[in-house]
Amino acid sequence: MSNMMMGDGKEPLTQHESNDELTIEQKEVEGLSQGTVVRRRFFRHRGAMAALVVLISLALLVYTSIGLQIFGFRVPGWWQWGYESATPLVNGGNPTWVLPFNFGEHPFGQDNIGRDLFARVMRGTQQSIVVMALYGAIAAVIGIVVGAVSGFFRGWVDSILMRFTDLIIVIPVIVLAAVLGRTVGNLGAVVLGIVLGLVGWPTLARLVRGEFLSLREREFVDAARVAGASSSRIVFRHILPNAIGVVIVSTTLLMSAAILLEAALSFLGFGIVAPDVSLGQLINEYRDAFSTRPWLFWWPGLFIIAIALCINFIGDGLRDAFDPRQRRMPGANGPYRQMFAMVTGRTARQQNAGPVKRAPGDPSRKGGPAV
Amino acid sequence: MLSFVLRRLLASVFILLGASFIIYVLAANAGDPLEDLRASTAPNREALIAARVELLQLDVPAPARYFLWLGGVLGAFVGQFDLGTTVSGQSVINLISDAMWQTIQLVTIASVIAILIGVIVGMTTALRQYSGYDYTVTFFSFLFFSLPVFFVAVLLKEYMAIGFNDFLTNPAIPPIGIVIISLVSGFVWMTIIGGDPKPRLIVFGSATLITAAILGYLLITNWFERPGLGAFLIGGLGAAIAVIVTSLSTGLRNRRALYAALAMAALGAALWYPLQFVMTTSATVIVPVMLIVAFLVIGAVVGYLLGQNDKMVAARGAAITGALVGGLIVLDRVMQVWPDYVVNTRGRPIATIGASTPGLGGSIWQGALDSYTHLLLPTITLLLLSVASYSRYSRASLLEVMNQDYVRTARAKGLTERTVVMRHAFRNAMIPIATIIAFDVGGLIGGAVITETIFAWRGMGSIFQDALEHVDLNPLMAFILITSALTVLFNLLADILYSVLDPRIRVS
Repeated sequence: MSNMMMGDGKEPLTQHESNDELTIEQKEVEGLSQGTVVRRRFFRHRGAMAALVVLISLALLVYTSIGLQIFGFRVPGWWQWGYESATPLVNGGNPTWVLPFNFGEHPFGQDNIGRDLFARVMRGTQQSIVVMALYGAIAAVIGIVVGAVSGFFRGWVDSILMRFTDLIIVIPVIVLAAVLGRTVGNLGAVVLGIVLGLVGWPTLARLVRGEFLSLREREFVDAARVAGASSSRIVFRHILPNAIGVVIVSTTLLMSAAILLEAALSFLGFGIVAPDVSLGQLINEYRDAFSTRPWLFWWPGLFIIAIALCINFIGDGLRDAFDPRQRRMPGANGPYRQMFAMVTGRTARQQNAGPVKRAPGDPSRKGGPAV
Repeated sequence: MLSFVLRRLLASVFILLGASFIIYVLAANAGDPLEDLRASTAPNREALIAARVELLQLDVPAPARYFLWLGGVLGAFVGQFDLGTTVSGQSVINLISDAMWQTIQLVTIASVIAILIGVIVGMTTALRQYSGYDYTVTFFSFLFFSLPVFFVAVLLKEYMAIGFNDFLTNPAIPPIGIVIISLVSGFVWMTIIGGDPKPRLIVFGSATLITAAILGYLLITNWFERPGLGAFLIGGLGAAIAVIVTSLSTGLRNRRALYAALAMAALGAALWYPLQFVMTTSATVIVPVMLIVAFLVIGAVVGYLLGQNDKMVAARGAAITGALVGGLIVLDRVMQVWPDYVVNTRGRPIATIGASTPGLGGSIWQGALDSYTHLLLPTITLLLLSVASYSRYSRASLLEVMNQDYVRTARAKGLTERTVVMRHAFRNAMIPIATIIAFDVGGLIGGAVITETIFAWRGMGSIFQDALEHVDLNPLMAFILITSALTVLFNLLADILYSVLDPRIRVS
């Protein structure tokens, strides 16, 4: 995805840019390290970069506005209201935000007892991010270890670990998560994130195992083994760097699933429960007020969507960056540009604008690749 | 193959045992099933607690209690299947068998539609890779991936149901609305069909005009108040179906196949009036089923008789067309009860709660319409996510296949694009899709939990939620047993399907 997707279709393909593109392609051939190639490809992925910027600004907003609370230790933020303090209703609780920049007292509005919704949404987003990050980190570590061990050592270790994985994978994630959330949900976001992470790893473990099974048969692993490398050296220096793409991409997607999972659990009442706040819990709490105070429903929902969408786009960018087969598409000959050229009478470009079908390996492609 | 299936089944039994044990112990520790009684102020509190402990055998520690429960389940082999009772003493089997039917109805319909739409959208985006259509679909599938299910469900309930019901009470589209809808539809068709700028503009213009004409016709004839097809529309739509089916399956060059399919459309239009006397208000479910089957058989026979050199191909095309035309006739019959149904539901036909209107009664046609209006919103909710993922998978899969050597060979042989895509690429691209879908269906039942909660379906999802809330282990375990058994079954099916569809894969 590129131009169209981010509403950025106007960018002209200048001579300079196509030269730039060419040099990148040439540099890839020149032999940069894989990390550099991946990083450059990622930074050129417009959708992913835009998502990254949005996500970082969201995180800044969320963590500076109402401050932080770590183990009872409190860092104040710049926002005037706390997420628990009730204040007199301003304007009947309606959002006071007048577009574009006149925020007023309560930009997102207030709930029926006068708590500031902006502060509550910020707090909820913090909690949701905590659950998401812990879930992602723990599930990734367990998934990699289980997948790597069973894929590398095979044999009975593999059998035992994979049967155990089957055991967990057979229960729908939301069911297992709901049962665990019912047990530990009232203990707060950190505990919930850790516990959910403990059951979120099986799909990743299967992927990593598959990757290890195919990589360990490759010649470079044989070469390393013949040269006398130990198992741990082969795993960490030879196989894992080659499997890192799969790991990073699926961890990202796992995290976007995690934020939706947390929201769904809290919505059902099996996740974070009042008086603590999370995005799903907010929607659950204000569910009945929907027809009278719709803003109570919209803001938390929009934050969930924004975060999940950003992470999905970043995951997509990473997938493209790690996939050596992906090349870029011809941006100049896109259908809309042809139409535009035709409508405005500049039909000279039509000469080379036929529906040319290029193979994906064709280096003349530029722009966003497929998913 | 047989030994593979048997071994997998045996392994599945152990996996089910393990999984149910884990869930049982976890759920038993999730809370206190006596919570409501402990807080109660009833004078006979102690007796109530003792009665419940007796009923649910709560004095036995959870791991041991699991085996008591398992004994009841294994009783199925000696004819005494027992899933225990709920906290309130109700039999779980009765509870779950009603709920299961509702959930399976919802999930099946949602899956079938999701597969159809997802595969069609995925395939067309792959064939129009990097077009505006492709980008738009990609963006929307990312959006649907990121939408929380409950958010969509509440939105549909609050806006779409109410808005649509309001529209139906006074169906009028302002002229500006017609213009906008027509332009959007023209744009969508243009991007799907693609090609050079000039044909694009022609497609855009004609699609816009056709949409505007259809909307105008529907509004002028009060179609939204008295929907129906009639002989004329059945003939017209049937002919369109015949052309589409033939062009996809044999190509329009095969005149005999085309004529056989068109004959079925004509037959449908001709038989529409006499069939009204068959589909009476007292008809049973067997009537529409028989009708569709009869059209299918007649189609096969007509195709076989007309087909000459390739009888089988013509018979297949005509049979598919026949079945679809039969479906149109049934659809028309269901549409005819719409005005009555609107009156019966007091002018709010699109339902937001439950699986059927209580105490509706009436003919099967009205029953079908009632199920439709109740299924509409939950199905859309479940659809969005599945369509997004299926369309992504099928797009990736077809793109992969289109770059294979055998597709290049097929093109080099001079085969038409239709043959290359439909016969060589599509079939191979469907192999991974079939397995992914089989994996998915099991998980979908678990995923229906939230949808059912919001639309107040008394399905398995709501049983699960209630049970978990009250730490009521027996219904909870019945839910787990059914969902995980289905998951295991569909996983096995996926493996078998893979080896059947792709002879290169051998199961061992």
